[in-house]
Amino acid sequence: MTTNRRDFLSAAVTAAGAAVTGDLSHSNQHEHDHEHQAVPSDLTLRVKALESLLVEKGLVDRPALDALIDAYEHKIGPRNGARVIARAWVDPAYKQRLLTDANAAIAELGYGGQQGEHMQVVENSPKVHNLVVCTLCSCYPWSVLGLPPVWYKSAPYRSRSVIDPRGVLREFGLELPEDAEVRVWDSTAELRYLVLPERPAGSEGLSEEALAALVTRDAMVGVAKVMSPPKGVSA
Amino acid sequence: MNGIHDMGGMHGMGPIQHENNEPVFHAPWESRVFAIYIATSAWRRWNIDAARHSREVIPPDEYLRMSYYEKWFAGQVELLVKSGLVTAAEIESGVPAPGTAKATPPMTVEKIPTTVANRINARRDVSVAPRFRTGQRVRARNMHPVGHTRLPRYARGKFGTIERDHGVFVFPDTNSQFLGEKPQHVYSVRFTARELWGQQASPQDSVYLDLWDDYLEPA
Repeated sequence: MTTNRRDFLSAAVTAAGAAVTGDLSHSNQHEHDHEHQAVPSDLTLRVKALESLLVEKGLVDRPALDALIDAYEHKIGPRNGARVIARAWVDPAYKQRLLTDANAAIAELGYGGQQGEHMQVVENSPKVHNLVVCTLCSCYPWSVLGLPPVWYKSAPYRSRSVIDPRGVLREFGLELPEDAEVRVWDSTAELRYLVLPERPAGSEGLSEEALAALVTRDAMVGVAKVMSPPKGVSA
Repeated sequence: MNGIHDMGGMHGMGPIQHENNEPVFHAPWESRVFAIYIATSAWRRWNIDAARHSREVIPPDEYLRMSYYEKWFAGQVELLVKSGLVTAAEIESGVPAPGTAKATPPMTVEKIPTTVANRINARRDVSVAPRFRTGQRVRARNMHPVGHTRLPRYARGKFGTIERDHGVFVFPDTNSQFLGEKPQHVYSVRFTARELWGQQASPQDSVYLDLWDDYLEPA
């Protein structure tokens, strides 16, 4: 393992850390000590070193980096997708547009953009359950769900969703009836998938906003259903 | 390439670890790696297919050990050096080479709202005849290119049905190597779970893959 990691990383990544510590041998030793850690502790330094270099060369603008992070931490997330779903639940014409031309329907609510350029919406029913995965990397509809959670990008989810979707769903606490049909969507191209979950029982009187609050990210990926509102919640 | 990244259908990866109320980033360095990638991509010295490939070439044992954004960081360094935006010597020293003129970043704060809304459109508005039609039976080619491809191993050689024609898109296999966009039709192809996995799979279930013309042959 050591040979491979040195071959791949030593020229570039490790050296970026060495630029900060000023001592390449120390950096290598440090890395060796932490071989079995998920994240080497000097990664923070390596990233800082690279960012400083890029700023100094005029390749990136630091305030632009801050603004990008702010956008994905605070503005672009699953609440966007939840509003799309709630609208589809209350407005049958909107739902039809969403299923036939998702890009245009999502844009009606003001959402769109990077990693949401070619949206497809797939509808759950009592007979059909949809599950979204990217077995090859981490493709995910950023524009409506934000950046993907760690489990979505992880080897267990990517490897098993296609061969054992029912087992994966069971692990998420969702047992599907045997006669239901599971459709797994492997995001191998630039199409991005959003699951339109079933509207839960007991949500009849809720406002669109209250409905949106029920919709979870997991339900829009297809690893969960939308739960009925707690008794006493109303419009 | 038949790499570790192509993991659909593998066993032994362990349980799925779901985290409640997961933050968008788990540490500030992750957010910096993410933003650096978006901001440096604005130089348009590489494309998304080349970027994906830069992470696929991480050796398998490293790939499985590294966290997600660690892989992005490794790929980022490779992209910067290969594209010539940064030299290996600069990565090593941490400072710009003497006498380098300071560039002007293409992505600035004022551009962020449009950047985030910016469509990196992989669709091409060119007239290319589709080789297959909706409803047609097809077979995913048994091919094993050493470079980037988006045809997963688990589907190769398997029979499926064209469910939908998505239109014309850039072809990742050539685009990732800067050998041209080779625009062609992408289809939603339905494979039954039993075709892919045999009798152990549910007879109701299926897997849909988005596949390019060059990945398919008539059944």
